[in-house]
Amino acid sequence: MNIDIRSSCLPPEDATAWLLERWSMMLLIRRAEEAIAAMVETAEALCPCHLSIGQEAVAAGVCAALTNSDTIWGGHRSHGHYLAKGGSLEMLFAEVLGRISGCSGGRGRSMHLASREMGILGTVPIVAGTVPLAAGAAFAARMRGGTDIAVAFFGDGAFEEGHVHESLNLAALYRLPVVFVCENNLYSSHLHWSERRVADRLDRAGEVHGVPGRRVDGNDAEAVYSAAAEGVARARRGEGPTLLECRTFRWRGHVGASWDADVGVERRGELAEWLKLDPIARTAGRLIALGVHDLEGREHAIMTRVGEALERARADELPGPDRVLQHVWAEAACGR
Amino acid sequence: MRTLSYAQAIREAHAQALARDPRVFVIGQGLWSPWYAGSSLDGLDREFGRERIVDSPVSENAVTGLAVGAALAGMRPIVFHPRMDFMLLAADPIVNQAANWSYLFGGMISVPLVIRAVINRGGEQGSQHSQALHAMFMHVPGLKVVMPATPYDAKGLLVAAIEDPNPVLYIDDRWLYAQTGDVPEQAYSIPIGSAAVRRQGRDITLIGVSTMAANNLKAAAALEREGIQAEVIDLRSLKPWDRETVCASVRKTGRAVVSDPGWRTAGAASAIAAEIYDGEFHALYAPIERVTLPDAPAPSSRVEELAYYPGEREIVEAALRAMGASRSVSMRARSARSAA
Ligand SMILES: Cc1ncc(C[n+]2csc(CCOP(=O)(O)OP(=O)(O)O)c2C)c(N)n1
Ligand SMILES: [Mg+2]
Repeated sequence: MNIDIRSSCLPPEDATAWLLERWSMMLLIRRAEEAIAAMVETAEALCPCHLSIGQEAVAAGVCAALTNSDTIWGGHRSHGHYLAKGGSLEMLFAEVLGRISGCSGGRGRSMHLASREMGILGTVPIVAGTVPLAAGAAFAARMRGGTDIAVAFFGDGAFEEGHVHESLNLAALYRLPVVFVCENNLYSSHLHWSERRVADRLDRAGEVHGVPGRRVDGNDAEAVYSAAAEGVARARRGEGPTLLECRTFRWRGHVGASWDADVGVERRGELAEWLKLDPIARTAGRLIALGVHDLEGREHAIMTRVGEALERARADELPGPDRVLQHVWAEAACGR
Repeated sequence: MRTLSYAQAIREAHAQALARDPRVFVIGQGLWSPWYAGSSLDGLDREFGRERIVDSPVSENAVTGLAVGAALAGMRPIVFHPRMDFMLLAADPIVNQAANWSYLFGGMISVPLVIRAVINRGGEQGSQHSQALHAMFMHVPGLKVVMPATPYDAKGLLVAAIEDPNPVLYIDDRWLYAQTGDVPEQAYSIPIGSAAVRRQGRDITLIGVSTMAANNLKAAAALEREGIQAEVIDLRSLKPWDRETVCASVRKTGRAVVSDPGWRTAGAASAIAAEIYDGEFHALYAPIERVTLPDAPAPSSRVEELAYYPGEREIVEAALRAMGASRSVSMRARSARSAA
């Protein structure tokens, strides 16, 4: 089995190159989502779009520990997961814009992303819906043998669904190679965690089931990576599941482009504090300390890449009314 | 009389029930947000307090189960699902528990519960945020299912649902929220299971619920221009539904179109058409037409949505087919709604 070297060695051998790559990935996610935000504002993108701006380190850190044949599972806020796992930027834009060339054929839009080649078998907006599916992918991987693993990305709100807890138990019981990654951004739409629970210890939610948990600074790509890499390595060794609680914060509203405010609901003024913990700026700071000085040039290249991908996606074809009945059933098995 | 919007009428029914009966409380997602429920629950938390207007965690199954338990224990809960799609996570407390309770315990313990589910579709949201699943629940004995189409009914049916000793699934559609109409200020209830004849006509009966009941009125006006007098019946309740009113009309007209905002196979329109055939086969001059969604999940692009959701045009076409196909060509040409 070819295991990506990064997932089995800690810390990374070439720290600078590794950090640069993570910084670039986070910036790519940020700029791509800012482009999407702009299209939401001009009503060019009409589908509901949930942005992960501010949370990029979780996707970028976790996916650095994965190989192409590992699967990831996500929810409504998964642009970042998709890109970090290797999904095509142009196909993401095309999907958000409903183009046939989109990663889900223009059927899914922002909330339903997939890339079979990259192990993204579907992100969907039914909260927690893909958490048991990730356990299922891990079950399949274990049955097939080999070292593939699955990662479930979900929010703190998702933890309120019973089947997340059921999945933790199943994963422990069957020693499934899965890492549960809870992105705790403190809010579930308009509600702060304290309006939804009394204990702020999601990292311990797996303990009674025998799933070890860790709380991680979700705005630190390196910290996320090393915690994820440990869980991933454990899963690959056949030792079962791990739960990570990544503490982070979304800068924009629950849905759409607005800063902080939810539709009609202001949050509690935490944004100013969290802006200081910008995961991209933190990694940039470390890179500069390591002697990397051409970040501006690299940022420019990323901006160009984003702009060009968006222009290509815009030029792609929209679906016609005649395909409404297509794909209700699959013609042939086309999983992995 | 006063004019209220559909959403305001829902809000007023809540407010009056909360004011009148201390056993009434509302629980579900989005109750403290002006966004989840449109204006249909606006400010109720400020008026009645957050003890009785409870915005819940994302726990549809347990929250609905909690409401069932509270109903069994003497309260009159309204459990709110801001989207019907999410309510599927609560299938057990609704279908296995609430629906069966009275029967299981020999009619000695009842579940006086309102389960409110919102259909919220269109807007390129895609198939997990678009579903109208009323037929699935209409299938289940022990549940009552209502789907108001007007502000007047939105209020009156909610009052009736709260008063009913059974679990009542109250389904409202965001597409109707801005509709306005006369709504009396005092509380009143509309008997569950009674349809409303919205328009008299001798040639054909247009039967529908929810958004499709509203579309039927527009279709009837279009048909009138073709010289066809359509009788329009708004079912208002799907379970039980008003067989007498529907059958009396079909006996008079001999033709029927049943329009349903849900899917075709095993859908509400199919169930109703089958019952009309059973009772009134000999009164029919033409096969019953059904206007439904195609058997496909909701698409997520504007063009496909236009092709997917039937409206006035499809009802008119169906009515013309039932009247004799020859006239449909001219109508199609001047149709107001085009998928292009
Ligand atoms: C089963 C289900 N219930 C409710 C919703 C509505 N909803 C969409 S996103 C969301 C908040 C989820 O919060 P969290 O899991 O913390 O993710 P975040 O939005 O913070 O990324 C809710 C309640 C849904 N999509 N699915
Ligand atoms: Mg959250």
